[in-house]
Amino acid sequence: MTETVLRLSGISKRFGPVIANEAISLELRRGELLALLGENGAGKTTLMSILFGHYTADEGEIEVAGRPLPPGRPRAAIDAGIGMVHQHFSLADNLTVLENVMTGTEPPWRLRANRSAARRKLLAIAERFGLRVDPGRRVGDLSVGEQQRVEILKALYNDARVLILDEPTAVLTEQEAERLYATLRMMAREGLSLIFISHKLREVMAAADRIVVLRGGRSVAERLPADTSRSELAELMVGRRIARPVREAASPGAPVIAAHGVSVRHREGTDLEGIDFTVRAGETLGIVGVAGNGQTALARLASGLLAPEAGTLTILGRRVRQPDVAALVRAGVGRIPEDRNREGVIGELALWENAVLERIETERFSRRGIVDRGAARRFTQEIIDRFDVRGGGPDHRTSLLSGGNMQKLILGRSLIDGPSLLIAAQPTRGLDEGAIAAIHTRLLAARAEGAAVLLISEDLDEVIALADRVQAIAGGRLSPSIDGAAADARRLGLMMAGDWSAAGAAVADAD
Amino acid sequence: MDALWILASTGLWDAVLRIATPLIFGTLGALLCERAGVLNLGIEGIMTFGAMIGWLTVFSGGGLWTGLLVAALCGALFGLLHAGLTVPLGLSQHVTGLGITLFASALSYYIFRLVVPLEASPPTIAAFRPIEIPLVAEIPFLGEVLASQTAPTYLALALVAVMGWVLFRTPLGLAIRMTGENPHAAEAQGVNPLILRTACVMAGSALMGVGGAFLTMSAFNSFFPTMVQGRGWICIALVVFASWRPGWALFGAVLFAAFDAYQLRLQSALENAVPYQLFLMAPYLAAIGALALMARKARVPQALMRPYRRGER
Amino acid sequence: MRIEARSHHPRGLILFAPVVAILAALAVSGALIALTGVSVMEAYAQILAGALGTRLAVTETLTRATPLILTGLAAAVAFRARLWNIGGEGQFFIGAIAVAAVGAELTAGLPAALAIPVLLVVGAAGGMVLMVTALGLRLRFNVDEVVTTLLLNFVAILFVSMMIEGPLRDPMAFGWPQSVPVADNAALPRLIERTRLHAGLLIAVLLAVAVYLLQARTVFGMRSRAAGHNARAAGFAGVPLARTLVMVACLSGGLAGLAGAVQVLGVRGYVTTDLSPGFGYAGIVIAMLANLNPLGVIAAAVFAAVMFIGADGMSRAVGIPSYIADVTVALSLLTMLVALFFTQYRIRR
Repeated sequence: MTETVLRLSGISKRFGPVIANEAISLELRRGELLALLGENGAGKTTLMSILFGHYTADEGEIEVAGRPLPPGRPRAAIDAGIGMVHQHFSLADNLTVLENVMTGTEPPWRLRANRSAARRKLLAIAERFGLRVDPGRRVGDLSVGEQQRVEILKALYNDARVLILDEPTAVLTEQEAERLYATLRMMAREGLSLIFISHKLREVMAAADRIVVLRGGRSVAERLPADTSRSELAELMVGRRIARPVREAASPGAPVIAAHGVSVRHREGTDLEGIDFTVRAGETLGIVGVAGNGQTALARLASGLLAPEAGTLTILGRRVRQPDVAALVRAGVGRIPEDRNREGVIGELALWENAVLERIETERFSRRGIVDRGAARRFTQEIIDRFDVRGGGPDHRTSLLSGGNMQKLILGRSLIDGPSLLIAAQPTRGLDEGAIAAIHTRLLAARAEGAAVLLISEDLDEVIALADRVQAIAGGRLSPSIDGAAADARRLGLMMAGDWSAAGAAVADAD
Repeated sequence: MDALWILASTGLWDAVLRIATPLIFGTLGALLCERAGVLNLGIEGIMTFGAMIGWLTVFSGGGLWTGLLVAALCGALFGLLHAGLTVPLGLSQHVTGLGITLFASALSYYIFRLVVPLEASPPTIAAFRPIEIPLVAEIPFLGEVLASQTAPTYLALALVAVMGWVLFRTPLGLAIRMTGENPHAAEAQGVNPLILRTACVMAGSALMGVGGAFLTMSAFNSFFPTMVQGRGWICIALVVFASWRPGWALFGAVLFAAFDAYQLRLQSALENAVPYQLFLMAPYLAAIGALALMARKARVPQALMRPYRRGER
Repeated sequence: MRIEARSHHPRGLILFAPVVAILAALAVSGALIALTGVSVMEAYAQILAGALGTRLAVTETLTRATPLILTGLAAAVAFRARLWNIGGEGQFFIGAIAVAAVGAELTAGLPAALAIPVLLVVGAAGGMVLMVTALGLRLRFNVDEVVTTLLLNFVAILFVSMMIEGPLRDPMAFGWPQSVPVADNAALPRLIERTRLHAGLLIAVLLAVAVYLLQARTVFGMRSRAAGHNARAAGFAGVPLARTLVMVACLSGGLAGLAGAVQVLGVRGYVTTDLSPGFGYAGIVIAMLANLNPLGVIAAAVFAAVMFIGADGMSRAVGIPSYIADVTVALSLLTMLVALFFTQYRIRR
């Protein structure tokens, strides 16, 4: 069983001055489960996009089952038996499961689509791999896990023999992820060959037959799980040893933000139902959860964009009844939004405008409706200096900054005045190790200076490293809190799945 | 009582189909563009150009069907312009569409004035004549209503069925709908969204051109500037009203035309007791009302007005 | 071939874009002229002569540019906040008819210094009402304001028609449908004797500067730009989105209504349904040509006015339909869109 089904040789791809892939060679054998490990920006997704024909490589060749694959044509990749499951699902919410699967599989000029045959084929595949779905349901009504099943079925329906999964567990619970890997191993036994892209060391070690590490667009190492360790992989992935800062014991003060039985209706996502939590001065409360379980609503609630429908929310001694961003900012609440590019900054505006927009109505930055640009520029320059924002001065367009520097700008404007409360929603999502370490240092420093920190994160390691107490969010509800010292991946996994009693979560919150 | 009598007259329903025909063409055209994810606000200008060029073709000696064909081709060319700017380049579909409307209208008037100097009263052509279908004429009421309809009206009715079939029963239609919902997904299944969008905008614009040509070649027999009178915008509203479904588009167009025809007759029945402008306003206000009623309920194609660029989300 | 975002947006390129756009539009129009056998150079020379050849011609061009500056500003402020006000034409007419309604008798006894400002405010208010209605439909029912403002244009003109054939009909007009004239006390003063150039031009230019300062220097300006570029992020930063949009709608509708008021008070004195040869629609092109910059609007409006005024004379001289001006102006919108695209992106192989 060592037949090579896929061979990439010498793949290089540049975007302008940026080298995304450089001379990457890779082989995939029949029945193999290969992990492609690397940080964001290591070139994993670019490489797979080239394989699937979304991009054309500048150099290099791809062979599938010994035959060269014509570049730049997704249809050719599909016909050669390559299937791709994207991290952001490529599904149409308004169409049914069957329609999503069928698109593009028949000659377009046929006068009538053969639905019944397609339905039979889909059900047969679903049966064979244990991926049960209802072909007639609208995809938008399915859960995230079910949608991922549809993605996989789509590839299998096209008779894929090589399946590529891009960060397949990003949106799954631990349990769902385990089930997924079991399915993938079963597929491998059935003779399929699989590549999954990940940056999660734990998963890669547990699931893969072989691990290829990418860094800076190059393939830097190849290991078998038995011959390596998580720490070696981490070092290979990052290229140097980066020590994340270590949390010291907290000395919590008075409650700064407290929610009792708060429910929130959130039009674009999961609602919150009767949640309780308290964060005190000088402590960090970590909220873990799988994406889409109400984190967005929680972050928006604490950031002053939503108000409770029921229950009481008290921030800095004042009860919150109406969404009022300006009042929160004035009272000393720093806010790091979930989605940097879409919520945190406005790329078309200058740095100084983004730095002061949330406090533009304070006397410090405007008088009688006229903006004090001098004060705003000085404020921005101070942020740039103190938080090491690189890539532009106060008057530059914010879109010129890199993701990490945008995050530093946001962090800077939230922390520079020494906030009493810091809301940090997914503060390091998509950043590389160096930037993550820097931001963790800042968050710990803010807590040491007495800020209450509400950390909402999907990254277990981040929560374990930073939080004094941890609560899990699942289906819009919050678990009781457990001590940060007692939080480990297994226990948090159970909590995130909503299995609070099994996790043995004690009510540690004295309130 | 007069007001109710009108509803039962064959004259009203005969007018309804005549008024509805250009709306059906236009609405189907806009619907096709939007199903693929492109808003085509060029419709008003494309209809104007279709009206002018269809008329001009016949005026300069071409046949009636040649005129329709030329209008369709010119529509498709404007569609290509719209698609060229909005699909691969991803320019604002709003502004580009308006630009096409302004350009196509101005160009129509320019060409028309080159041919017909200002002083002359608008010259006429021999327009489409009603076609008689032997047995149908015998049916009471319906026979009478259909007896005065011209061939393009039947073409419009047939197109509703064709469009419905293509969109919901064929692999091509599925690919079109997928492109309008999520072009990335379409691409991942080997469908090229850029080509499909361009083709749909061209085909849809061709229908708009035919809709305009109906005005000068069947409803009237001459061209004059501003004759389209916002019909294109009404079609855009009808697409929303129809929730992007061809059958509902027909229903919307007929409902709307009935409303229009009824107000015209009511206006003469009431003999100027009420300013006629109020009646003329009614269709536009009705379109706005229909939008307000349907906009929240309608299931908009998710990728409508979102430009597609490879690898960009 | 792929399209790639530029990381830098060179200022020079952006300033250069309208020039390229206009030249490209003129080239295409030139081809349309050439097809008729008339010399393109001759035609364009006639346009320039007709628009700028004499002192009188220059004043006529500036008179035409006046309402165009205002409708251009109306579109520019709205578009900047991603509010698609395509209803400038209707707002223009409502502003005009409001002025006729109030100015014929109600303000007839007032001194000019009072009557003129009052009537300008009345005109602006008329435009505001129409635009705020469209915005209300968007905020309440989620109706795209593009379509509603377009449809309201027809409603507005029919409303004007109803007024000038009904309650506001001028009994002295020998049966022509036109409104009662505004009393003489409210006529805008002439800037140059024996020409039609009136103080409306000053008003328009001052407003362009005011809008520029409003956008560049005030909290409202910053918020409306923020809301326009990224409503989500603006909301996160506490920008009151609905309130900002209502203010933008008032400003935009008000400017278009003011254009109607200025045209009545400065040029016509009364309202007919042909008071505007598409000022509202031309405003959209002008705003885009100016890249939504209020000061650029002045230059873009002058360009459009040169085309419109010059084309009339050219039409008489060489027999090319004056609609060629509309063709050129509409084309310049499309070419400007393309030119702007290339300031943001480049195409790579």
